[in-house]
Amino acid sequence: MTAAEPLLSVRDLVHQFHTNAGVVQAVSGVSFDVYPRETLGIVGETGSGKSTLARAVLQAPRPTSGSVIFRGTDLTTLHGTRLLQVRRHLQMVFQDPFGSLDPKWTVRHLVAEPLVAYRTGDRTARRQRVDEVLELVGLDPAVHGRRRPRELSGGQAQRVAIARAVALSPALLVCDEPVSSLDVLIQAQVLNLFERLRTELGLSYLFIAHDLALVKQVSDRVAVMYLGKLCEVGPGETVYRELLHPYTRALLDSVPDTTPGAGRAAPDQISKVISGEPPSPIDPPSGCRFRTRCPRAAELCAAEEPPMRELASGHAVACHFPLVEAAAKQEGGPAARATSRSDGKI
Amino acid sequence: MTEALLQVEDLQVTFSGGGRPVRAVDGVSYSVYPGQTLAIVGESGSGKTVSCRAVVGLLPPTAAISGSATFGGTQLIGLTDEQLRRHRGADIAMVFQDPTRSLNPTMRVGPQIAEAVRAHRPVSKPRAREQAIDLLRLVRIPLPERRFEEYPHQLSGGMRQRVMIAIALACRPRLLIADEATTALDVTTQAQIMELLLELQAELGMALMLISHDLALAASYADEVIVMYAGRIVEQAPASRLFSRVRMPYTQALLEAIPRLEHPAHAPLPVIGGRPPDLSALPVGCSFAPRCRRAADDCRTTEPPLTEHEPGHRWACWHPVGQGGSGGPGQPGNGGEK
Repeated sequence: MTAAEPLLSVRDLVHQFHTNAGVVQAVSGVSFDVYPRETLGIVGETGSGKSTLARAVLQAPRPTSGSVIFRGTDLTTLHGTRLLQVRRHLQMVFQDPFGSLDPKWTVRHLVAEPLVAYRTGDRTARRQRVDEVLELVGLDPAVHGRRRPRELSGGQAQRVAIARAVALSPALLVCDEPVSSLDVLIQAQVLNLFERLRTELGLSYLFIAHDLALVKQVSDRVAVMYLGKLCEVGPGETVYRELLHPYTRALLDSVPDTTPGAGRAAPDQISKVISGEPPSPIDPPSGCRFRTRCPRAAELCAAEEPPMRELASGHAVACHFPLVEAAAKQEGGPAARATSRSDGKI
Repeated sequence: MTEALLQVEDLQVTFSGGGRPVRAVDGVSYSVYPGQTLAIVGESGSGKTVSCRAVVGLLPPTAAISGSATFGGTQLIGLTDEQLRRHRGADIAMVFQDPTRSLNPTMRVGPQIAEAVRAHRPVSKPRAREQAIDLLRLVRIPLPERRFEEYPHQLSGGMRQRVMIAIALACRPRLLIADEATTALDVTTQAQIMELLLELQAELGMALMLISHDLALAASYADEVIVMYAGRIVEQAPASRLFSRVRMPYTQALLEAIPRLEHPAHAPLPVIGGRPPDLSALPVGCSFAPRCRRAADDCRTTEPPLTEHEPGHRWACWHPVGQGGSGGPGQPGNGGEK
């Protein structure tokens, strides 16, 4: 991306849950950076750990281990007021806006809450800020300000949730499936709002969703997550056009084709659909976690966990047999792996 | 063309519970042919689900239904619940969005399938069990004998939806209606279920109706697509044609609003403002006119009829896309978001 210092650096983040059935390995050693004014998209399916990752970044709840460095400070070492003071710069937007808005409160009250909580300005200044923020997200303070959540449509409620999130002028917005409960036209409106806020407020985003096309639309870089680990990270366009991980391929093949004249899926296209289901995160496979569903899996994949390695500038993959090598080198074995590792500059 | 399996004509559904009557479906007509996949697409409140439920008699008593729906020669509208029950399951089966709410959580999945088998056919219990296991195999559930004994909570969302499909197929229906059947599923699971539905359709020679909010999904798996807005059909065309020759500005708006992999990052999505109209107070003329960038005076006074303007392609619009008039085809939106 840029040579600038990352705004957020996540290193070796691990999050486990203890349940009666065993220990759920929800996030298992995830590392990434988000740079100022950058949007990092994370795409993953149910059970990939993407929502746990989002919450662990915000220390709600705290991760099991690893570090979350925001502007040089490791949030995992902060407590009490010091954590709260940093946390105001990181805000979150969830999937279900109604779930995050108290049904008894008015919109104005809801948007003012974070300002009151952080004792920002006096009553008049807060009032003014609420007006400002509501207008920013495309709501009319005079009309929508007095409404309660049940009097709002899904799109309007999500705008209120976004207004709350940006009220304290954060640097980073963590969005977890922020538009997946909305109809497509409303979804497009809210996506455009995120884009506008990005340029107008200079925001950075950690944008998490299950839809690869949607994530690519809003992101500078895209990370693909599977069963608690990142498989592939790179610029969105590169991950789409020169993808390296077989799981990314599977995700892409599952996206309905909407190019003009596409029409009904051809039988050969259908057969590419990946089979099986993700294994349980309580007992993840040894080595590469995708190997049980991977058409390219070999013995090495069960024995050794593939490290994340950069194969092209800014484009990294955690796979013993990435797709690009198969095209370049027919054998695609460990020998080819060693070659490309020496080729790839980190 | 062969004879239609299901023929719906001038279907009207009005809800009159309390306040002003809500006209949820207004004059909907379509046909489903044997072996065909028909998709009905629309946003929340467009009437796509209500129009289907009206046909199979799954609406509450507050719904006033008129019009005609003939299935294999039998008129379904006006039948008593008991008469309809003979058709539901045996002739027409439905699969819904949320399998967890459709399955009994306290009952093993196998007996739930066997129950569906026995509901319509006088077969012995051991025979029903055999058929249930066959059905689990049919929907590609591995180790069907073992899965038979499991409870719904022991299955993944995709597996539960396969069980729902097995139940729907218990009596080999001639028409399967999938109402947002893959909406709650992940993309890879969604692709698996769609693949399964199309395979089963070919195997069993069923007609398939996909009810969905997702135009991309519908159009990439269906033969024919119907787009609904505010209770009416606004466009109908073969799926392949809809992408290349969209006519109705609403369909175009839906198509353009879908994030696509080919689009560059951060490019604003062309979107239209506003929201679908209140169905109890519809505007005069075209219901879409208040949000339409091609709307002219005639749109606000006279409702455009749904007409077959080109072979196999029906639309309801006075100023369709790609046919001159104000604003050319593919004209970018204002890019704003209101």
